[in-house]
Amino acid sequence: MKRRLFLKSAMASSAVATAVGAGLLTPKIIFAASDSFKATSDATVSAASAAAKGTFKFKAPKIAENGAVVPVSVDATNLNDVTNISFLVQTNNTPLAGSFNFAGALGFVSTRIKMGKTSPVTAVVTSGGSVSAITSEIKVTVGGCGG
Amino acid sequence: MGKIKLKPKAKKGVIKVKALVKHPMETGLRKDKKGNPIPANHIDHLTITHNGNKVVDADIGAAVSKDPYFQFQVPGAKGDEITLAYKDNNGGTGSATAKSK
Repeated sequence: MKRRLFLKSAMASSAVATAVGAGLLTPKIIFAASDSFKATSDATVSAASAAAKGTFKFKAPKIAENGAVVPVSVDATNLNDVTNISFLVQTNNTPLAGSFNFAGALGFVSTRIKMGKTSPVTAVVTSGGSVSAITSEIKVTVGGCGG
Repeated sequence: MGKIKLKPKAKKGVIKVKALVKHPMETGLRKDKKGNPIPANHIDHLTITHNGNKVVDADIGAAVSKDPYFQFQVPGAKGDEITLAYKDNNGGTGSATAKSK
């Protein structure tokens, strides 16, 4: 079921991208994020879908009372040579919340993200050239994007 | 532009870097009461430097919360210098430097 949802959202986002390409929509309004960020997001999404299950620790709440502030943290200090940690919120417009590249720092990051609604959240860790991911469903009781 | 709180603390050869950046992090998707879109204003790039070496280089999306908080771990000792610098999508920048405790 999760896989199906994921595919669906991937297809939906590519349809929007085509509309943008055709000049029907102004990208600035549709995506707050820049093109390069969008590209990183897409790359991370595809990497995450092919990734093995991670052995790192992904801390996230099961239920977030406030979608505007959802604390998430990844502790991949058990893995060697961590070069990147990314967070994906699958139902957000641009799934990628943040991509952290490491050079010398330990594989640990903790931050707060916004979520519009209940969604699976994926933490993607790249270590020693291989990608692994852990997905956890976070339920949001109050939307974070206002309205 | 924004105010930055930066607190590095060393323990057993690892510096825990806690950072809080004051920034509205507008996604550009929200609308005001009249229905006009609020322009995007969010941090899109953030770096952490340890004694002059860049150790973390992050691409941040609009999906990071308002007044974003970050925590990193960098190998190092007391007295090392940690610098945080960010850039937002409107070209605004900010930075802060703190000596590890």
